[in-house]
Amino acid sequence: MTGVLAMARPLESRRVLAAVAASYAALVILVPLFNLAVPAQSAFHLSDYTVALLGKILCYAIVALAMDLIWGYTGILSLGHGLFFALGGYAMGMYLMRSIGTEGVYGSTLPDFMVFLDWKELPWYWLGSQRFLQACLYVVLAPGLLALVFGFFAFRSRIRGVYFSIITQALTFAFMLLFFRNQTGFGGNNGFTDFKRILGFPIASPRTKVALFVLSATALLGALLLCRSLVLSKFGRVLTAIRDEESRLRFCGYDPVGYKLFVWTASAVICGIAGALYVPQVGIINPSEMSPANSIEIAIWVAVGGRASLIGPVLGAALVNGAKSVLTVTFPELWLYVLGLMFIVVTRYMPRGIFGLLQRGRRP
Amino acid sequence: MRLAPPMFVLLAATLAMAISPAAVALDETALGKLASGGAAEKADAIRQAVESADVAALPVLRALLDGRLLTGNAKTVIEQDGALVDALGGKAVQADASGLEKVSINNRLRRSLERAIAALRLLSADPRERLQAARALQEGADEEMLPVIERVVAQEKNGEVRETLRSIQGALLLGSPDAAKRLAAVDALRHAPSTRSKRLLLERLGRGQADAGAEQDPRVRDAIQRAVSDIDGSLRFAEVVGWIFGGFSLGSVLLLAALGLAITFGLMGVINMAHGELLMIGAYATYVVQTVFRAHFPGAFGWYLTAAAPAAFLAAGLVGLLLEVTVVRALYGRPLETLLATWGASLLLIQAVRTIFGAQNVEVANPSWMSGGVTVMSGLVLPYNRIAIIVFALVVLCVVWLLIGRTRLGLLVRAVMQNRGMAAGLGVATPWVDMLTFALGAGIAGLGGCALSQIGNVGPELGQGFIVDSFMVVVLGGVGQLAGTVLAAAGLGQVNKLLEPFAGAVLAKIAVLAFIILFIQRRPQGLFAPRGRAAEEA
Repeated sequence: MTGVLAMARPLESRRVLAAVAASYAALVILVPLFNLAVPAQSAFHLSDYTVALLGKILCYAIVALAMDLIWGYTGILSLGHGLFFALGGYAMGMYLMRSIGTEGVYGSTLPDFMVFLDWKELPWYWLGSQRFLQACLYVVLAPGLLALVFGFFAFRSRIRGVYFSIITQALTFAFMLLFFRNQTGFGGNNGFTDFKRILGFPIASPRTKVALFVLSATALLGALLLCRSLVLSKFGRVLTAIRDEESRLRFCGYDPVGYKLFVWTASAVICGIAGALYVPQVGIINPSEMSPANSIEIAIWVAVGGRASLIGPVLGAALVNGAKSVLTVTFPELWLYVLGLMFIVVTRYMPRGIFGLLQRGRRP
Repeated sequence: MRLAPPMFVLLAATLAMAISPAAVALDETALGKLASGGAAEKADAIRQAVESADVAALPVLRALLDGRLLTGNAKTVIEQDGALVDALGGKAVQADASGLEKVSINNRLRRSLERAIAALRLLSADPRERLQAARALQEGADEEMLPVIERVVAQEKNGEVRETLRSIQGALLLGSPDAAKRLAAVDALRHAPSTRSKRLLLERLGRGQADAGAEQDPRVRDAIQRAVSDIDGSLRFAEVVGWIFGGFSLGSVLLLAALGLAITFGLMGVINMAHGELLMIGAYATYVVQTVFRAHFPGAFGWYLTAAAPAAFLAAGLVGLLLEVTVVRALYGRPLETLLATWGASLLLIQAVRTIFGAQNVEVANPSWMSGGVTVMSGLVLPYNRIAIIVFALVVLCVVWLLIGRTRLGLLVRAVMQNRGMAAGLGVATPWVDMLTFALGAGIAGLGGCALSQIGNVGPELGQGFIVDSFMVVVLGGVGQLAGTVLAAAGLGQVNKLLEPFAGAVLAKIAVLAFIILFIQRRPQGLFAPRGRAAEEA
């Protein structure tokens, strides 16, 4: 591992920062412009579908950032980040379900699936879920607390490497099974869907969609800047030391548990926020988001883009998911081949991902 | 599947011990009554045939029921597959069909014929037919059948048939006006413990002595109460034994799924996320062999598994070999990368199987000797295919153990895994050993897949469901520890099955996963942790 990721620090370069700022500005100005201002019959019109797709990809990019923080910089490969993403999504979904009000199929104040199960009142953990601020709190608390508790035990007993990966996979698998149950109270198989409005705005209207898109882009920028300041600080250097030589770091007098726990929890919370932005844009959340396969896919976004570069994972998430949306529509049988090959080729031949290739090209 | 011979012996023994029926041939007068008598005479003849346990009457009764009994010109014949045969001798006869008339029966006769046929089939030499007959009688037996049933019960060797008949006997006698007979009935039901017997007894007990339809005799009431609690006890016992068997069955499945992984992950330290897909390939190899047998050797279909198991081993082993050469080899010492790359390989394999065989599940049929099961007691049937898989898992385990512990290949494998540099220095071709070891682990996964094809669905996603489980088994058992793997598989199977009745299958599974996560916190090295310096290197 050592050496593979030791590289120039692109994040400190002004040119990269300028490119990031320019991309952000382009996204938040051009996308709303082409979607709302350009008439639908024009060739330059951006369809609502495309806006939702781009918004979705931005959320995935935030997840990739969180993953890069924990895997690329700290060397901990989590195969359970899909769980934190989904938990954030479910927390937001609860609020969205409650704001349907009595417009559901059964016209009840309870969400439809509860009426279907013949429940008479909300379970205790649904109390107050109609309040948006409380939902936002849950978006942070649910993944954050789970990661804190799980990480505390795991890091304290020095579970490392593939062991950690495997138990995070077991964790998300267990949660998937739990959420598949109807009795768990989160809609079982079907999860949450048929949302009507968010904060009073109709959720299907183009304006709301554009607003959510801009929000996602801003969240991505915020996450990027936050991660950048984290990894460039002294704290970030300790993280890299954990990745490259944890025992030596410990002999130097550092206790890695606190560092790992902090970055692990931060990463989970960022994922949760991404999930909360994702759900209103795609209009559905169900337990399949927690499937182990989804979590592993996150790792490939990061690997394709280039680990420990922050910019790379964002590009990787956009590239892989862009390819996925195109291929699954045009050649559905081909997508798994492409994805599978991507895993193999990137890990074997491109340990630093696309970003690494770009860097090498730059250098004289 | 080495289980076949003992089971055939068992079957043959049952056949040999089967009762030889008293063969009193149907005589002319009885046949005359059946063919041309009135309804009352016919009923009488049927009753006589049952009372005298006359098996020879069976074809005639069946023909009568199906409307194939023809009579005319003082001759009675049975129409059989378009030809006419003599009703008494069974020999083919030349007769003019025009003069013959179908013997007609009314609905009442039809019912009593059905019961008579079932009663006579109880005397059949084939235990399976006897069981069918007994089950048919459960629906509507009447007291006329009692003598036959009593006789069969006295001689019956097959436990399941005997129990079914006893419960019929008990049900019939429970309403008898004779208290002694009722006591006998209670006793019969007590010896045929089932929820049905319990229900019958409770019904007889009623809501108390004041209940008009309930049992009045205090002795009988007492006996019923004791019988009910006996039945409850034996039902609970059957249930517990069933759980334990279920646990072992699940454990054997887990073991088969995890054994290959115990080699590739446990010994070599390679995280093979495509392990589940190797299981899937084994299952598909079994499917292909099965299809070939069905098309070309239908006579030997019962033996197709003997060809399928090596085929599954080879197919999965070959894929494993390819995987090692193309992907894993380049990534030794980089476990996280191996994890991702093999995951990619698993996606490729899934999609390749979808392209070749289609996305739908394929049907893999059990050979006939695997269907059905051993009835240990009422309410407890141990399916043959589950038993076969337990035995198969043990056989595979022994082979692996011998291979690793007692052969030259095993020695080389252990040497390379313990100290690669030293082994290479002594002239061991370590890349070859790596390749063969990985292929071996893959092949064993293939064998697991062959077994899984016998109890579950075979589809492209077959392996996905096992990957988490098999890693859990290996991690729980301790890396590099075969004994740990076995214990972990059996233990997880038991715990899972014991939790199921209380918590439901899903919650049981979640509880087990939570348990493992907690367990690993306490003992990161698994159940059988290597101690000393080896522990540091693991």
